[in-house]
Amino acid sequence: MSESSTPKSPARRSLIKGAAAVTGAMAFPYVRAADPITLRYLGTAVNQDKAIAEKFKADTGITIQYIPVTTDDVTKRAVTAPNSFDLIDTEYFSLKKILPTGNLLGIDTKRIKNADKITTLFTKGEVAGKKVGDQGTAPKKVMYVASPTSKEFSATPTQFMTLIPTVYNADTLGIRPDLIKRPIDSWKELLNPEFKGKTAILNIPSIGIMDAAMVVEASGIYKYPDKGNMTKKEIDLTIKTLIEAKKAGQFRALWKDFNESVNLMASGEVVIQSMWSPAVTAVRTKGIACTFQPLKEGYRAWAAGFGVPKTVTGKKADAVYEFINWFLDGWAGAYLNRQGYYSAVLETAKAKMEAYEWAYWMEGKAATQDIKSPNGDLLAKTGSVRDGGSYEARMGGIACWNAIMDENAYMVQKWNEFVAA
Amino acid sequence: MSAKRSGPLAWLQATPFALVFLLFLVLPLILVAAVSTWRATDYELIPAFSAQNYIDVFNGCSSTSEMCVTLKTYLSTFKFCFLVWAITLVIGFMVAYFLAFHVRSVGAQTLLFIVCTVPFWTSNVIRMISWVPLLGRNGVINQGLQGLGLIDTPIEWLLFSNFSVVLAFVHLYTMFMIVPIFNSMMRIDRALIEAARDSGASGWQTVWNVVVPLSRTGIIIGSIFVITIVMGDFVTIGVMGGQQIASVGKIIQVQTSYLQFPMAAANAVILLVITLMMIWGLTRLVDIRKEL
Repeated sequence: MSESSTPKSPARRSLIKGAAAVTGAMAFPYVRAADPITLRYLGTAVNQDKAIAEKFKADTGITIQYIPVTTDDVTKRAVTAPNSFDLIDTEYFSLKKILPTGNLLGIDTKRIKNADKITTLFTKGEVAGKKVGDQGTAPKKVMYVASPTSKEFSATPTQFMTLIPTVYNADTLGIRPDLIKRPIDSWKELLNPEFKGKTAILNIPSIGIMDAAMVVEASGIYKYPDKGNMTKKEIDLTIKTLIEAKKAGQFRALWKDFNESVNLMASGEVVIQSMWSPAVTAVRTKGIACTFQPLKEGYRAWAAGFGVPKTVTGKKADAVYEFINWFLDGWAGAYLNRQGYYSAVLETAKAKMEAYEWAYWMEGKAATQDIKSPNGDLLAKTGSVRDGGSYEARMGGIACWNAIMDENAYMVQKWNEFVAA
Repeated sequence: MSAKRSGPLAWLQATPFALVFLLFLVLPLILVAAVSTWRATDYELIPAFSAQNYIDVFNGCSSTSEMCVTLKTYLSTFKFCFLVWAITLVIGFMVAYFLAFHVRSVGAQTLLFIVCTVPFWTSNVIRMISWVPLLGRNGVINQGLQGLGLIDTPIEWLLFSNFSVVLAFVHLYTMFMIVPIFNSMMRIDRALIEAARDSGASGWQTVWNVVVPLSRTGIIIGSIFVITIVMGDFVTIGVMGGQQIASVGKIIQVQTSYLQFPMAAANAVILLVITLMMIWGLTRLVDIRKEL
């Protein structure tokens, strides 16, 4: 398109191409593209922020075109339509479905400037030197492949990463402290008859089942060897517990959409439910008390990352690497940290954040001045402390990860039974 | 005229639309039917010819102690179908009757029609969010009733229940009843109604013996619209039922999002067959082609 409108001499073109390839392969500067390049970025709306695309465009001249779909649809497109995007931002647990198709290429860490600074949570499954829970699809299990075209995960670290992490967080229950009026410290409260008709759970089977498993364990009904990979019997037991609760009228609703969860909580229809961190923030910005409650059994963690489809080649592939490098360089990381997520390379993000912001978001200290979201909304007043405390306290408390089980098909079938019950 | 209807020119005229149908309806349906016999893993489809997907759909249905998921889901869908059909028929007929026989000017009729389309102006999520302040636990109705001292505790079944699902359906789809019935009514020769009155028929007798039979085509077409929409719906049931009420569409949607396309296709084929049978039954009642 642009080639016909701005003809260039072939000599100059190949020179630029060669230069771009050389600089791309040797060092990691931002290659200012000769032709306007647009990258189609497939992901969920979570980190597809307009400000990030604008800043990247201003820094490099490359346009980012967002394709926001649901978590499940990201996987579906990666498997069925790998030509429809240039860059994918997907959850680590989806890799079990995507990698065997061969639609993703392993990312060469030699071309990623900050690759060795990616947090140890991903590379070793450790936070501050301590191992965290690895039930489910923990990123370290699916982080590496032996060669770029490999369709199997490598158990040991290699030069090639499946995904370069973008954001991650640990989820727990959200509560309305003003309506519950007592401390909540366990997952089992979700099925406590005290809150009959006032609870909600996620209607995304692969995530909802993990929350249910946390509840089952917390209630002392059963202890799973691996919540993230249940046997058929364990699935039956978990779903049976859910069905009994549903028949007794425990749930007010199930939710699937981010806005639904915000609305259920803000309207007071629900006082305790499984929730995502930014949804809690959204309820709070309405001036309604809502706590992202740390629980003694720990958190259910999730992580997303950038993958490169095999269909992207040449200059576009260079631009994809450029975007990933830019993303890890700090500005985007700081932006996401201020929204309550965590970024992959902490030290570069720290450099782009104010000291008081870092202290509040990452160190769990009381805010020395008002904490604002990137768009300027007031999130926390001076003196308040982040739910769950510091990075180490929160991410160190991970009990399990979002997962795709071996018995996934059976689980989905049983989940439908729960919805129909 | 009638000779020309079967001539080569007529065939030629019908070709473009027939091709569109063939390409965008018949072919995809054949593919769906074909895929429904395939097998799948988490990440790939395996061509096969197996009835396993259909067997899985009805898994557990031979048990007498508890109804299987598929039957339960269809039963619940049929229930919604019947309730929504009956209510939209009564309301739709009354509105159409009012528009056709009581509103005289075309301008006023158009304006009132536009009013009827208001429910379609917003997205589903927005619509759900706007039902909550009305029907919710702390909503207008509950607070109003509590304020009047009629109830002590909020009525819970107003939202995320069968009631709210039917309410939302009726709110949305009465329009599909109104339009075809109105269309049929406008074609009724007004002299017939005068003749009925002259022969001494009461208002009710005229409606029952003259207007209803002559609006039959509209009623059947409207019924087909409403039944097919409700049978395939999963968004409204999901949103208004608090995701706690199953629907066939929802099962298919969950299966496609987990890449279980063959299972989803098998469910789709079954749903299609059942819906087609219902429509076939309805078209037995009136020869639509002749009436149009």
